[in-house]
Amino acid sequence: MQTETIDSIAVLETRGLTKSFRGFTAVDDVNLRVQEGHIHALIGPNGAGKTTVFNLLTKFLAPTRGEILYRGKPITSLKSNQIARQGLVRSFQISAVFAHMTALENVRVALQRRLGTSFHFWKSEKTLEPLNERALALLDEVGLAAYADTLTVEMPYGRKRALEVATTLALDPVMMLLDEPTQGMGAEDVDRIVELIKRVSKGRTVLMVEHNLSVVSRLCDRITVLARGAVLAEGDYPSVSSNPLVREAYMGSDAAETSDERASA
Amino acid sequence: MSDSQVVGAPGIAAKRERRAGQRRAILYIALIAVGLVAPFLAYPVFLMKILCFALFACAFNLLLGYAGLLSFGHAAFLASGGYVTGYLLASYPGLTPELGVLAGTLAATLLGCLFGVLSIRRQGIYFAMVTLALAQLMFFVFIQAPFTGGEDGLHGVPRGELFGLISLQSNLAMYYFVFAVFLLGFALIQRTVHSPFGQVLKAIRENEPRAVSLGYNVDAYKLLAFVLSAGLAGLAGATKTVVFQLASLTDAHWHMSGEVILMTLLGGVGTLLGPLAGASLVVSLQHLLAQSPLGNWVSVILGAIFVLCVMSFRSGIVGELATLYRKNFK
Repeated sequence: MQTETIDSIAVLETRGLTKSFRGFTAVDDVNLRVQEGHIHALIGPNGAGKTTVFNLLTKFLAPTRGEILYRGKPITSLKSNQIARQGLVRSFQISAVFAHMTALENVRVALQRRLGTSFHFWKSEKTLEPLNERALALLDEVGLAAYADTLTVEMPYGRKRALEVATTLALDPVMMLLDEPTQGMGAEDVDRIVELIKRVSKGRTVLMVEHNLSVVSRLCDRITVLARGAVLAEGDYPSVSSNPLVREAYMGSDAAETSDERASA
Repeated sequence: MSDSQVVGAPGIAAKRERRAGQRRAILYIALIAVGLVAPFLAYPVFLMKILCFALFACAFNLLLGYAGLLSFGHAAFLASGGYVTGYLLASYPGLTPELGVLAGTLAATLLGCLFGVLSIRRQGIYFAMVTLALAQLMFFVFIQAPFTGGEDGLHGVPRGELFGLISLQSNLAMYYFVFAVFLLGFALIQRTVHSPFGQVLKAIRENEPRAVSLGYNVDAYKLLAFVLSAGLAGLAGATKTVVFQLASLTDAHWHMSGEVILMTLLGGVGTLLGPLAGASLVVSLQHLLAQSPLGNWVSVILGAIFVLCVMSFRSGIVGELATLYRKNFK
């Protein structure tokens, strides 16, 4: 799928990333390497620290120890919004949309920062209208053009997640961090999102947390398994799924089992 | 997605928006007309008091309704605008009132920068407490400082001549000055809400972490909203001082910070006209009750109204009217 020729360099790398909460180590010495152009999955049983890793990578939490490198440069000391500006954009586990804005406005808010007029309180919002065309194109790309003028709060759940992807794409990210993009979705929506991720990941790098192993097997080039905050295994889907340690870690964790069964059913 | 949907969807919205815009324009024109003839129908000083408090409430609403920040210290800005304007106009007889008002507004804006930098990182109740603490600090400054007249306040501030030309001694002339100031302040708020900045502010209010992940430095946006709100509150205070020719500790007291919350919530937080309605109601009630045998019960009655408002019509007068309108006429 991806051609691993010249560009097998790491876009994102962590060295000894650790986060402790009052003595409880949620993330323990994690060394992650996400290669350019890859769709990389972060999986693991509940409470393994996947979302915490995401929060550390985007500085929504400050790491206790360790270093984060993005395109070879340390970003450990940057703030969340600065990281986003460098093209490392995250999504959230619960759908993160601006509920009382229309779908178009949701995307446009992401586009408007580049205009450099976001502090201009004396200008009319009509000055944002030139962005509508691009916003509409992005909505079209995720199949939401018909929802352009719908208030987001009135949209079905699956569509909200697609809108999130469109908003993220508006920043033209180098790398997307997707936190459980298919969580809480029906099978039909899952297929649509999988197709969407496959499509929009062209030319980008994706790191995703995902519970649904069928989604992982269909999408991901490389998988890192976390358990109790530490890296348990890493590799492509066949090697990881046949790893006895991984199987053991997942035993009793019905989230993974059932989604796996659902996938094979 | 078919092309017709792509083209059709925004077309309908544009039309709907245009019609809503026309209705809004008619409403505003009608209100301006009422404002222009009002001093011939009611006592101008009373109307000026309403307008000053309405501007104060509008400024507060910009922060609470559109940035989602509850400040419990806005009295400090009202008072600092008032005191600075009062002091300057009383000490320098050559100074024209519009320059005095401008100076008061500037002072409140600067104080807003200081308060904002100190408080903006706090959230919710902590933000309210920090602003309250800072405002109390200012209250004691106003008692002790040599230029404020301490417990007595500043009296006999001259109204002077607008631009050095038009005497504001007559209440009618004064009224139109205040009306113009109010319109200016209101227009600025209206524009701020519907500006590129307003869009980001809305996004932050809707979902702050998401706004951060889109690269916005949310603290900077909140700070700007806070400073704008403080400056406009100062403008209201400065204008009020010129009208009543005095600046007193009443404006700096925490009661005043509470009163503006009451006005805003009663009128409808997050609606542009709500604070105007709320301020009109509260000032009118205070005025009417003070003359009636119930004079001593003003606070109790206002409190009861507030409780009623919070329990049964939460979106305030204008918010409820807007809902009613949407339900019945659309």
